[in-house]
Amino acid sequence: MSDAERLVVALGPLGLDDGGEVLLSWRLRTVAAGAQVEVISGRPELAQQGRPWCRALGHGFVEARAHGFVLCKGPAHAARWLGAERAGAVDAHAQGAVVAHPPAHWALAPRGALVEAGTQPLHFALSDRELVWSDDAATLYAQGAAAQWDPATAIPWHERPALAPEIEDAVVQVMTFLIENETAALLVPARFVAQLHPHFREVMQLLALQVADEARHIEVFTRRAALVRGSLGTTSAGGQASLRTLVEEPDFAIAALLLAVLGEGSFLSLLWFLDEHGPDPITRTVARLAARDEARHVAFGLAHLQRHLQHDPALLPRLAAAIHRRHDALAHSAGLNADVFDALVVLAAGSLDPDAIARGHAAVVALAADMDRGRQRRLARLGFGADEAAALSALHTRNFM
Amino acid sequence: MSQSRKTLLLGAVAYDPKVVTIWEGFRDFFAAHELDFDVVLFTNYERQVLAHLDGAVDVAWNSPLAWLQFEAAAARRGRAAAAIAMRDSDRDLSSYIVVREGGGVGSLAELRGKTIAVGASDSPQATMIPLQLLREQGLQPGRDVEVRRFDVLVGKHGDHIGGERDAARALMAGEVAAACMIDGNHLLFAREGVLPAGSTKVLAQTPPYDHCNFSVFAELQDDPRLRRFVELLLGMSYADAAVRPLMDLEGLKQWLPGRISGYAQLERACAATSALAPLLALAEGLP
Repeated sequence: MSDAERLVVALGPLGLDDGGEVLLSWRLRTVAAGAQVEVISGRPELAQQGRPWCRALGHGFVEARAHGFVLCKGPAHAARWLGAERAGAVDAHAQGAVVAHPPAHWALAPRGALVEAGTQPLHFALSDRELVWSDDAATLYAQGAAAQWDPATAIPWHERPALAPEIEDAVVQVMTFLIENETAALLVPARFVAQLHPHFREVMQLLALQVADEARHIEVFTRRAALVRGSLGTTSAGGQASLRTLVEEPDFAIAALLLAVLGEGSFLSLLWFLDEHGPDPITRTVARLAARDEARHVAFGLAHLQRHLQHDPALLPRLAAAIHRRHDALAHSAGLNADVFDALVVLAAGSLDPDAIARGHAAVVALAADMDRGRQRRLARLGFGADEAAALSALHTRNFM
Repeated sequence: MSQSRKTLLLGAVAYDPKVVTIWEGFRDFFAAHELDFDVVLFTNYERQVLAHLDGAVDVAWNSPLAWLQFEAAAARRGRAAAAIAMRDSDRDLSSYIVVREGGGVGSLAELRGKTIAVGASDSPQATMIPLQLLREQGLQPGRDVEVRRFDVLVGKHGDHIGGERDAARALMAGEVAAACMIDGNHLLFAREGVLPAGSTKVLAQTPPYDHCNFSVFAELQDDPRLRRFVELLLGMSYADAAVRPLMDLEGLKQWLPGRISGYAQLERACAATSALAPLLALAEGLP
């Protein structure tokens, strides 16, 4: 090959130890294996660097020259990418972008990346598109990301409440209950996100955002609970037993039903209730902001269950059975912590005056009815008939979540 | 080769934990190609050479010094040794004697009376071959030039590069006037920041020499298992995803036929220092 036919790569002042190797590798991509390339630079030791560099990368070292060296491009780079495969496509709307069963050897590859053959498989238990995917995930994630609020500034912490002792007690008790429930609501998506194939990027992001949402809720509920008293209320064995069945649920679809559709759905009613009856601006604000996030969690739970049910109608009776199973498991537990029920009544009453308590009691009964209606509505959206939805809703834990 | 043994046994020195990964991987590759193959790991090359002489392994993945040890000891028993394969990266290596840029040393002669850092005492590339270059240029190590050794993991024949890196550090710290290293490590140490780019220059370089090889007794080369072993090695492709990670770990793109034309400098170094004597004495004691 004559000098005139060779590509010449000029590295300027660089050697192969301070960035010139990057430039050279880049330029070598443009020539075929077997092509000769002359490399020149202002570094006198370039040829001394070129020989071991070529050897390490599988290029032939042809000869040293006054200002560099000549190499013959080896086949290793092309060989490495032989058999590589594209892991779907980055845009979820593109044809074939989100595959039904992403293989384990795509491992942590971003969706749409070119994956080298021979990548060690990484096994994710949740790798079935019909089980986990929702076309709404990207939109819900974007909404969620845009709706993030800063606990330091979004809450009027400066409006320190000065409530009657029994009202402050009630706030502390309800906040304690909320923290406990949100802890369960954090752990459930956290467990599943670790089992989810990263190919389902938008779902992974959405679940991660849910975890972050719950972390923020736990922060603001804790801060409000401890704001005046510096200590928290009670947590009951029955309430914990109810939450335990959520945290221990291994099935993604059933967990979505129990947590998102039924639990967080009921919680929405509770948070709206607190927004209405909260005795101070801080309590009302934390409830309102949390409700906004929870509505998104419920929407995702509903969306991917609806998709799952379209592909697998047999899931519906499994979901019903799961509600029965959880009811049976909790049949011998006390359900809602009595302190929580009392606190809600006092909050809605605004005082311990008997007439007020009567109004508060009626408000909590109405809250339970509102929760029931919400559950029935969401169960119907999943495909349950009205009667079955009513029956299943009635089996929901008395602990709300 | 033991005729009573069905399995082809290879000896390799575990100079790094990755050696286990490499050879377990290659063992799977050979098994997939129906070659009954297994590996015996040794903690040092001398133990491996002695075991090979004793017939405990059929083929040994030898450093260049271990190759000369094996060849010499086999010759004493009236047997010839052969190198049947090697990596593409085992051919035409060079060692550099490196000084600080602007450090005032402009030629080998100017090293007289100064200190030169080398790697492990049994490292062909970082000690034996460059010191032989000095001898052949009229500088007797220990007399004309003081030698400071960085003996990391003796018995591994310099496969562990810790000694070379320590020598390079001593150069940059100004503790020595020059340091010896293989050409590829000169680049590597620059990338690691041990030898910042432009801070050193190559004072001298050795002529090209060869590194590791698969060594066998010559009369066994035509054994069908060894022939199959070589055939599978030479057929191994970097495009094969199953073996590419192993080839990356072992530092090659392609296996090549063995050759023994690249060991003359090391042979002269061994002759000048009687480096083969201890192993030969041990081999005499073998039954």
